[in-house]
This record gives sequence, C-alpha cells and structure tokens, in this order.
Amino acid sequence: MAELFELHDIEVWDGNMAASHALRQAQVDVVAAYPITPSTPIVENYANFMANGYVDGEFVMAESEHGAMSCCIGASAAGGRVATATSSQGFALMLETLYSASGMRLPIVLNVVNRAIGAPLNVNGDHSDMYMGRDSGWIQIDCYNPQDAYDMNLVAFRVSEDHDIRLPAMVHQDGFMTSHTAQRVKTLADDVAYKFIGEFKPMNDMLDLDHPVTHGAQTEEDWHFEHKARQHHALMSAVLPKIQEAFDALKALTGRQYNIVESYNMDDADIAIVCMGTSVETAEEVSNELRAQGIKAGVVGIRIFRPFPLEQIADVLKGCKAIAALDRSSPNGTVGALFNELAGALFNTGTHAVLTNYIYGLGGRDLTKSSLHSIYRDLQANAEAGCPTTSLQQFTGLRGPKLSFF
Amino acid sequence: MFQAKTKNLKNFSTSAERFEGANLLCPGCAHSIIVREVLNATNDNLILAASTGCLEVCTAVYPHTSWDASWIHIGFENGSSAVAGAEAMYKALKNKGRLKQPDRTPKFVAFGGDGATYDIGFQWISGCFERGHDMMYVCLDNEVYANTGGQRSSSTPIGASATTTPAGRISYGEKQNKKDIMAIMAAHGAPYVAQVAPNKWKDMVAKIQKGFATEGPVFINAMSACTTEWKFAPEDTIAISDLATDSLVFPLYEIIDGTKLNITYRPKNVIPVRDYLGAQGRFKHLFTKQNEYLIDEWQARVDAKWEQLQRREEACL
Ligand SMILES: Cc1ncc(C[n+]2csc(CCOP(=O)(O)OP(=O)(O)O)c2C)c(N)n1
Ligand code: SF4
Ligand SMILES: [Mg+2]
Repeated sequence: MAELFELHDIEVWDGNMAASHALRQAQVDVVAAYPITPSTPIVENYANFMANGYVDGEFVMAESEHGAMSCCIGASAAGGRVATATSSQGFALMLETLYSASGMRLPIVLNVVNRAIGAPLNVNGDHSDMYMGRDSGWIQIDCYNPQDAYDMNLVAFRVSEDHDIRLPAMVHQDGFMTSHTAQRVKTLADDVAYKFIGEFKPMNDMLDLDHPVTHGAQTEEDWHFEHKARQHHALMSAVLPKIQEAFDALKALTGRQYNIVESYNMDDADIAIVCMGTSVETAEEVSNELRAQGIKAGVVGIRIFRPFPLEQIADVLKGCKAIAALDRSSPNGTVGALFNELAGALFNTGTHAVLTNYIYGLGGRDLTKSSLHSIYRDLQANAEAGCPTTSLQQFTGLRGPKLSFF
Repeated sequence: MFQAKTKNLKNFSTSAERFEGANLLCPGCAHSIIVREVLNATNDNLILAASTGCLEVCTAVYPHTSWDASWIHIGFENGSSAVAGAEAMYKALKNKGRLKQPDRTPKFVAFGGDGATYDIGFQWISGCFERGHDMMYVCLDNEVYANTGGQRSSSTPIGASATTTPAGRISYGEKQNKKDIMAIMAAHGAPYVAQVAPNKWKDMVAKIQKGFATEGPVFINAMSACTTEWKFAPEDTIAISDLATDSLVFPLYEIIDGTKLNITYRPKNVIPVRDYLGAQGRFKHLFTKQNEYLIDEWQARVDAKWEQLQRREEACL
C-alpha cells in the first residue's frame, strides 16, 4: 500500500504539481514517461512520489517519448490504468503512437503541457502541440489554471476509461503560464478523488491469461473505414454526455462548475472572443472592463477541443454580431484551426455574425490586455458595419510591420 | 501442454499450437518455424508482441488471428516497448494483488524482423534492455525488409542484391558488412544473448528454454531464411539453413552475462561459403568474373569471425 500523502484543503501548486497529484490520487498502475520542458516536473514529481512510497505502481523511465507512449500502449492493453506527460518536440515524436493508442481504443491519460514546436527551438507555451494532436482520435480537454489541471485530470481518467468510450484523453495546460505558476488549488482527499475516478475495469486485457486477445490487427480497404467510423462515432456520441456527467458529479462534490463550452458575459453579448488556455481568463478581465463602459463584450473558452462541441458553441454564439477566433499556433498557410472550427460551427445556423481570426502568442509571447482591447475594438467596428472592417486574419502582438491576410 | 518432448522431431512438430498454421506467410517461410518453436518451448502463458513486418501482416489480418496467446502490434519500431509496457503492468498488478490468475507467471516475448531490430527499432530495444525488463526479444533475421519487397537493412550482408542496393552493371549490390547485433546486445550486459537457426531445432529449443528461465532481458537472433527475397525454392528452407550453419556463415553460439561465450554447434564437415552463396538468387551475380573476388573475401570474413568466436570462448572472459 502506498503511503498516505497529507494534503491541505487548499494547496499552493503550479499546474504541473496539480497534475502530478491527480495522477497520484488516481493510483495509476503504470507511468511510462520521458522528460521535456515544460512538462518535466510532472515526471520528476511522480518519480519523487515513487521514491518516497506515495505511489505503488510501476514507473518506466523510457528512452524517448515514442518509447514512453509505446510502453503506455503495451501497459494499457495489458489491462490497467496508465498515464504520462509530454510537450512540444516530445509530443511530435510521440505522434505516430498517439494514433495507435486511439485506434486500439486504449484509455491512456496524457498530460500535454503546451509548448511551441521548433524550428526555431522554443521552450515556451503556445498551442502548436495541442493542434498537432487534433486529428489523432484523442479526447482533448483544455485547462486555464492549476485548479483546472487538477480537476480535469480526474475527469479525464473517469471519462476515458468508461467502457462506452475507451478512448485516450489529453489534458492540456499552457506551458509556464499554468505549468510553472503556483496558485491556490482546492484539493480532494485521496479516497474522495479515487472514488470520483472509479476503479479501473479492464476490458480485452492481455493479462487475462484465460482469454487471449489480439491487439493492433491489420485492416485494409475492407475494414479500415468501418473501424475508423466506429472510433469517430464513439468520440462524437458518447464523450460529451459523459464529460457533462463528470462535470455534474464534480460540481456536486466540490461546488466547482465546469462546462463543455465555457462562456463569460455571453448572455447578451454583441461581440465575443473565443480562445483557449490562459488567454481565457485574461480575456474575461478585459470583457469586464468593457462591460463597465457599457460595451456588451463576452468570452467563450474552449474547454473540450476534441470532440469539438459544434452545436454548443453555435448556441452560445448565436446572438453575437462579431466574433474573433484566437489561435495560438502558426496557421502555416491558411486560417487558424479555431477559426475553421467556428466557421464550421456557425455555417448553416442562419447567423450573420462577422467572424475574424487573430494569431497571437507564438513561442510564449504574452497576450496583453491592450491587444485584447484592440481586438474588441475591431469587433465593435465589425458589428456596427455588419461586415469585416479588417483583414480576415491578423497577427497581434507581433513586432515590426502589421501582418494580415485575406 | 505446449511444450513438446524435444527428443523427437515428429513429436515436436505435432505438438499443440498457439501459433496457427492458418496464416499468410509464404510457403516455406522460416519465420513460422521459428515462432512455433519459441512458443512450444514453454507451457507457461505468453504475452506476445510483433513489430510491423512479414510476421505481423501475415498473422493478424482482421477479423482473423493466428495467435492463441495475447498478442499486440503497435508499429515497426516498438514491439520491444509494447511488451515492456505489458511486463510493467504485470508487475504493477501483481504488487497490487489485481492479477486475474495470480498463480501463473506469463512469459513476455517480442518478435521483430531485422529491419525492426537492427535498424528502426534499435533505440527502443536498447532502452528495454538497459532498463532490464523481464522479457525475451526474438529477431527474425532474414537480412532484408521482406514485407515491403526486399529493401536492404543493416543486416543485409555484403554482396546481396536488395531492391535498394541492387546488383547492376557497375554494382555488386550491398556494400556494407552485416551489423554485429550479437556483440551489441551482449554489450548491454544482457544476461542471455543467443544466436539460433530453425534447422538446429534442439539447439534452438534449449536456448529458448534457457532464455525463459533467465530473469531479465534476453536477446535471440534467429536466422530466418526467406524463400522470396533470398530466392530459393520454398521446399529448400531447411536445406539453405543447413548450408548457413554448416558453412559457419551463421554460427550458433550464446553469450552469458555479456561476457561468457559458448559455441553451441560445431559442424563436422565445414562446407565452403561458396556453396551457401551459390544456392541463392540474391548472390547470383557474385558468380561472375568481375565479382568472384567477393566470394573469397566472404570466406575470409567467415573464417576470421569463427576464429574470433573460438578465441572468445577459450578466453572464458
Ligand atoms: C515508421 C515506419 N517506417 C516504415 C514502415 C514500412 N515498413 C513496414 S515493414 C518494413 C520492413 C520490415 O522488415 P523487417 O523488420 O526485416 O521484417 P520482415 O518483413 O523482413 O520480416 C517497412 C520498411 C513502417 N511500417 N513504419
Ligand atoms: S517474404 Fe520472406 S519473410 Fe516474408 S513471408 Fe515470405 S518467406 Fe517469409
Ligand atoms: Mg527482415
């Protein structure tokens, strides 16, 4: 039995520590991991728990992120709770196996501490890695602060391992801004957290020696399409209701309310910023300042990036006249991914809202309040004109001459 | 009971199956002989992995499987890590008292081709061996990327014609010497490293059983004659394998704890390397005026390696 770790009701944790404690409380059976900034402390914290007897699973210090996820896949198929963490280049190295994990329907929890992807090499937070994973068949849950990083890990295990789902889940937090910034985190007692997640219930486990299973078979044009369609079906139909159920249960337990789509000052909003990660809270503050001036500004935070909640997003945005999609990843040749998602969500809904796209914060560049004010000013002009008054895509916070497209 | 009495080939060849004959491997493929011999060397439950390659694509095409033991495939490079992860889970569940059959101890085995082993998957194997997982890694060494149509690997021997190192008007084919994977794996300090060939089945079974009895990572390099890429008739697999072991092109030996080397097969009549090469289409172009010198060089290399192995054995290091 693992030693009891004495927790206060409120701890001062950064996002990495919050995620590490969630892993400890989940009593993960196998963690296979490889360090990379800024997710390294999750791996180190876990190793420390191990060294001091606070966890009693296995810890595999792999030779690479690809090896780490490969071990996670083997461990998960063997039949137990599995988790790991990575960022950026490590995430990119893992990518091949991410598709394997989801295609094999293995409920692995991966903490992605978001970071830019080189070249140029950069250790700071942006959403390039999160975006790289968006077609990989994983559930993607986004955190805005350390409290979220704690709570969303608990939710991720519970949802991912549900037998109706059996899909791996990424829990995203912003590199440094969340991962290395200590804040107050309200904790659950170990037994309460574990009960919230639930016991791991194996299915098709290789270690059930009386029922051998074949994992990772070949399918060609005869079956591949059906297999992928089922995977998509599971993502589309089962995940959001289960997440909602988990959010409701968490609220009953803690009073903390999470939503599939987070909306702030949105009830009567004319203009809205839609964004992810730590930017959500900054945008909320700016919207409050604008509200004080009588401007009906709101914020929509993406909480669940995959499966993308198209209908719920269209619903919160339905009354808006102008909307800005903020993307923190280089779009490299097109509009930002979030812009695309929103366009898809709003198209055919009868809305006449003007939708524009802002690229910001690459490689850890701060998103300032003045940038957000300026975006809201653009939105106001768009709302009044009923058409775009700026280019469709603008770079904000960039040095040098203004950059815009379309 | 899977483990056959290894005294008698007939008995052995009719023992129970956990690897079904219903598979898509070429007739005469040595992969299937080796896999069967490995699986039949133990009565214990098995947790298996295969890397992408002929064995994998020919034995688990949905909705069929040839495996009557738990089996996993992830990708080309990571069969070792798949089994290592499963082994870690076994340990975790054992410690936590959650095994469904706590009285049984399964064996963990990963299969990979030479491409998966010598080349693309080497880092993963090295990691698994350094960490000391209790597992066996079996390389099905057919000296070529057979599954994808015969491209060279770092196991392809000098002078073989492969599709990416074809013999041509001005080329004799593969230019590099075969990588010495045995020495490299022994250098990891692995407790048991052995080279086997399916024609020497008693030697092979003894080594596999020794491997299963060993705690920690075990590496087996199994010569796997490939009828399609080596270009010989499917019924000649064992004859070609005999030429390989009796010409000492493929010596059979083991290395214990990274140091102690034992030669396990000494042919009564050593045959010339030329006979081995001449039996396969992939070396056909060596038998020309222009390339014949390569056959002498081959013989010299095989002689030198045999000499070195004998010195190593005597040295009792
Ligand atoms: C990452 C990756 N690169 C390349 C391939 C293509 N590929 C699949 S199997 C294979 C060769 C397999 O050769 P080997 O390991 O020697 O096995 P064999 O088929 O000869 O038994 C290659 C190149 C792949 N599946 N994955
Ligand atoms: S190509 Fe070679 S290795 Fe592949 S199945 Fe055929 S004989 Fe076996
Ligand atoms: Mg091969």
